[in-house]
Amino acid sequence: MQSPDETVQIDEHGRLKHFLSIDGLHRELLISILDTAESFAGVGERAVKKVPLLRGKTIVNLFFEPSTRTRTTFELAAKRLSADVLNINATTSSTTKGESLLDTLRTLEAMHCDMFVVRHAQSGAAHFIARHAAPHISVINGGDGRHAHPTQAMLDMFTIRRHKGEFASLKVAIVGDVAHSRVARSQIHALVTLGAAEVRIVAPRTLVPPGVESMGVAVYNDLPTGLADVDVVILLRLQNERMQGALLPSSHEYFQYYGVTEEKLAAAKSDAIVMHPGPLNRGVEIDSDVADGARSVILRQVSYGIAIRMAIMSMAIGSHAAADREGG
Amino acid sequence: MRVRIAGARVVDPANGMDAITDVFVADGRVQGIGGAPDGFEAERDVNATGKVLIPGIVDLRARLREPGAEHKATIASETRAAVHGGITTLCCPPDTDPVIDTPAVAELIHQRAAESRLARVEVLGALTRNLDGRNLAEMGALREAGCLGVSNALHPVTDTEVMLRAMEYAGTFGLTVFVHAEDARLAAGRLVHDGPVATRLGLAGIPEIAETIGVARELLLVEQTGTRVHFCHLSTGPAVDMVRDARSHGLPVSADVAIHQLLLTQEDVGSFDADAHVRPPLRSLDDRARLRAGVRAGVIGAICSDHQPHELDAKLNPFPDTEPGISSLDSLLALVLDLVATQELTLSQAVAALTSGPAAILGLDRGTLGVGAAADLCLFDPDEPWTLDDASMLSRGHNTPFKGRQLKGRVRLTMVDGRIVFESSS
Repeated sequence: MQSPDETVQIDEHGRLKHFLSIDGLHRELLISILDTAESFAGVGERAVKKVPLLRGKTIVNLFFEPSTRTRTTFELAAKRLSADVLNINATTSSTTKGESLLDTLRTLEAMHCDMFVVRHAQSGAAHFIARHAAPHISVINGGDGRHAHPTQAMLDMFTIRRHKGEFASLKVAIVGDVAHSRVARSQIHALVTLGAAEVRIVAPRTLVPPGVESMGVAVYNDLPTGLADVDVVILLRLQNERMQGALLPSSHEYFQYYGVTEEKLAAAKSDAIVMHPGPLNRGVEIDSDVADGARSVILRQVSYGIAIRMAIMSMAIGSHAAADREGG
Repeated sequence: MRVRIAGARVVDPANGMDAITDVFVADGRVQGIGGAPDGFEAERDVNATGKVLIPGIVDLRARLREPGAEHKATIASETRAAVHGGITTLCCPPDTDPVIDTPAVAELIHQRAAESRLARVEVLGALTRNLDGRNLAEMGALREAGCLGVSNALHPVTDTEVMLRAMEYAGTFGLTVFVHAEDARLAAGRLVHDGPVATRLGLAGIPEIAETIGVARELLLVEQTGTRVHFCHLSTGPAVDMVRDARSHGLPVSADVAIHQLLLTQEDVGSFDADAHVRPPLRSLDDRARLRAGVRAGVIGAICSDHQPHELDAKLNPFPDTEPGISSLDSLLALVLDLVATQELTLSQAVAALTSGPAAILGLDRGTLGVGAAADLCLFDPDEPWTLDDASMLSRGHNTPFKGRQLKGRVRLTMVDGRIVFESSS
């Protein structure tokens, strides 16, 4: 079935309007995001870390879930584009007074903003906001429930392209709690759309979501087999809650069988890279030797994240500017 | 009033009738079919050429939201929507507020329905007090107050011993237990069918075994107690098989399906469409095919609306924060006719599932058109096209994934106990 996500995210001229989910976006668009990010990658190293692209625009970070790293990178990205930034921590604001999500949205719209970056605990929240936001507003999904974290997936793809080149020859293994991971879902869509040779997920059966093969992945329950001959190893954070839901007995056993150590990594290609969206749980999903080792690109991911978000935000607001100029 | 309905195609599966003929009504009953009864003088002559006449639809489960949720709908608004859709009897589950666990609440609902003088309303009483799953409700008194059965609505009774005793007690009074079969823990807080759509959308999934484990337990309790059990809104193919096997072994069980389960699947959740948020969830193509087969085979004896009208706000939130349920009184007949048009059901199977089937499950002397039967009738134009939208929906709730759908089949006249409660000319 053709994904309906595409029609929401792309305007009638084929330009990016909202960035909600990798699901439904074409390969060409993903590549143009990566290419645009390349042009922004050097901005952070300059003395004046700014480009004037979004000067005069107001970007609202609307975070219903607590987050420091993601919010900070969005804020930095917006500021480097010269935009004004408003941070709304909706976990402590009027939502706790029972205000509906729609009312919160209307109130913010009345303040004439151009873009919302939304993070919410419920899957589908970003789509909901995009569907109900005023027509001139772009919505960027900063993570919704278990559904998607598309900007994270794009920075992961940027990282892979930078360090391993083109996707067509790559075998990628995503290790960990895929069932509860919005990052993993977005990564899978991106890797499959960009044409990765093989996309694997490696996890105990309790952490493998049903029917996931239909997303284009091969499922492995054994880590050494799953890592055999891969070019990229992506680790997912294991949250403590998983031990409470009768999904796993202990983080200790998880580390024994699914924790990536130098020894387990030997199965992968010798020049394989190790990635992690962060924050790390050392001794649970990743061994310190690996986290700090030569194959880790984890810290690079963080800096690429700013360039990717600059690219996505400028493209989404840019489509409105272009539409305004064209009178469309 | 003495009425002759002339020249309709009369479809009454209970009496094996499918013929173009005349029907004569007087004193609230069908007095004749075919030839006029001696000395019958019609005060009203309805020209029904080209129309189809069926027994008034008996909707096995429709939430009328009164008492307790009148901001969503009322008995007045929903009985009006019902008769516009050819539905003459509605059965209301006990999860009102307050719950129908005392005769007073049952009487309140009956009274409100009588005041509206439109569709008839029957009720199911609570199985346990306040649907708490722990203490039995006064089922004797509830039966006396006119409850046609008892149910714990959408609150599965997790304590097996309580369910055993509740079924024994219900059986004492000859009451059928209407069950929402579900393993509570496997379904709690989950939203859609546990499959590829749940995985793609990152929504917590309800596995098929949540239903089949519930059905399995209740079937064993039926074997133990001999109490009649009706399974509400089946959603999985395997559950249909289990009910079929149980019936073939002589167990007193029946089942119904909600109309949307016969038409939609998990894919219809699309991109978080809250109008497709229902309980039990929309499932796979295979489940849908097996549910349809279950209706054809008579294993599933009734198609119901499972009507759940909501105010706008209930669906205006991210998917997990929306309330489940579809407003379906307005579209029940037309959507069932859709299944006839696509040859999933014969007209006879469809009408039986809407009339004699549910009436039998409720133990109601309705849903048929034989001479002497109560004159509950629905006369419809099978070819008239119309669109389901805000303008055409009469229910207070407009929450339906079928909005915008082109339908065929429009009710022209509805009669309850021989009284015309709805009529339209064009």
